[in-house]
Amino acid sequence: MTTFTPAPGAAPLPRMISAQTGYELRTLLRNGEQLLLTLVIPIVLLVLFSGTSLVDVGGGSRVDFLTPGILALAVLSTSFTGQAIGTGFERRYGVLKRLGATPLPRSGLIGAKTLTVIIVEALQAVVIAVVALVMGWHPHGNPLAVLLLLLLGTAAFSGFGLLMAGTLRAEATLAAANLVYVLLLILGGVVFPLTKFPSGLRSVLDLLPISALADGLRQVLQHGSALPGKDLLILLVWAIAGLTLAARFFRWE
Amino acid sequence: MSAPATAVQISGLVKRYGGATALGGLSMTAEFGQVTALLGPNGAGKTTTVEICEGFRRPDEGSVRVLGLDPADPSVKPRIGVMLQSGGVPATARAGEFLTLVASFYASPVEPAVLLDRLGLTEHARTPYRRLSGGQQQRLALATAVIGRPELVFLDEPTAGLDPQARHATWELIEELRASGVAVLLTTHYMDEAERLADKVVIVDGGRVVAEGSPSSLTGAERQLRFRARPGLGLDELVTALPAGSAAKESPAGHYLIEGEVQPELLATVTAWCASHGVLAEDLRIERRTLEDVFLELTGRELRS
Repeated sequence: MTTFTPAPGAAPLPRMISAQTGYELRTLLRNGEQLLLTLVIPIVLLVLFSGTSLVDVGGGSRVDFLTPGILALAVLSTSFTGQAIGTGFERRYGVLKRLGATPLPRSGLIGAKTLTVIIVEALQAVVIAVVALVMGWHPHGNPLAVLLLLLLGTAAFSGFGLLMAGTLRAEATLAAANLVYVLLLILGGVVFPLTKFPSGLRSVLDLLPISALADGLRQVLQHGSALPGKDLLILLVWAIAGLTLAARFFRWE
Repeated sequence: MSAPATAVQISGLVKRYGGATALGGLSMTAEFGQVTALLGPNGAGKTTTVEICEGFRRPDEGSVRVLGLDPADPSVKPRIGVMLQSGGVPATARAGEFLTLVASFYASPVEPAVLLDRLGLTEHARTPYRRLSGGQQQRLALATAVIGRPELVFLDEPTAGLDPQARHATWELIEELRASGVAVLLTTHYMDEAERLADKVVIVDGGRVVAEGSPSSLTGAERQLRFRARPGLGLDELVTALPAGSAAKESPAGHYLIEGEVQPELLATVTAWCASHGVLAEDLRIERRTLEDVFLELTGRELRS
């Protein structure tokens, strides 16, 4: 038997997915811009606005108001911005096409990307929580409600991130994903309370997925609510819309 | 896993992009243990053909069987290896890391270190893809195509832009694949590559096969005589002295080509004619037609876009 005597066959699916996930995680963690987006910016905003009175959070503990918003921002950065840019360039460089010719099925690739996003978000949540606790954060509420909100938010942002990556040019995705990140950071109740916006505008902004996620997390973590029904419903609608559109319009090359 | 006798069987393949017809009824086969080379000008339909076999595109008409199956059948994927014409590797991925990732998708892959070594990439194992030279990127793409021990390998221009050493390393690897019983279907622009490697050459033009066969059957037994001399010799006079059916031309200036049945008498006639005109024929040689001659004859000499 020589080196190239045919011995074809696919590896077991779990092994393929774990290999792809490991690869995606390593790629993400050594990418400086990604780390800036996923960790540095959220932590800087948390420390800056919790430790100063630059933003009027409308009474109450500053860190208790800000931490849920920063958690929502972390989800946005990883599941939407990071995933859209990363996947957009993979598509542009033919990586998605090339992987499509291996035994790794498309569902396996999407599964690996989803796992990667969830693992990175867990890391972000741990770091943000530790910094917040050091700054005097007192979380309330049911952790399961928090988890449900984070997962629905991830689904909603992932759907639109992949929709963008799979339809626009990579450079357009890069620009648009960053623009959306900044706009949602400012307009989505992440650090600036939506109560400070005019009421007409506010009723629209309330329907954004980032607003629903930040508000829902605040309801639970700051005020100890059981399940913020309205916010969950808004996120669910965005998640269904985003994932359906991505499944319909995503182009692999 | 019962292997079919033929690795790739294509018949009457038609593919249209908008109004343009990329493939207009192409038929061909590729066999196990053989290298089949698709040759053709740019836009002839080589890549389209290969990408249909790889399952990336669907044909509009005709039938394609890869390992006896529809190319879209997921059970084909573990059994084939694919080298795209360009790209396919993330810019930041390290060469060894990406090869190891692809290896992990297969049941019994070749050891990545062995392939890196074979292709001269060992010292670049930790280099990000975007920092590899074009030739190194090509070799990494080749490595990812063969690492899963496939039965059938598609290589789209595997040696484009390679230096001579890398070309030879690639050729040796392809010859080893053939010796191992793998079916290799490659596209190329290099005639010497097709002549050296291919058991079968398929010349494609305008989305159809215009000739196919072994390199020697395509070039045939025909010979031609070439020499160099001062420009502007009176060839019309020479041709009248040659056996009927012979032709002579000067292209470029000072380079002469005599075509026809090249027999000892013809050679004697040419040298005698030169002597009587005081012409010293330099670099006089009798040669078989090359694959390049056949190719240009079949596909024309005008430039393609």
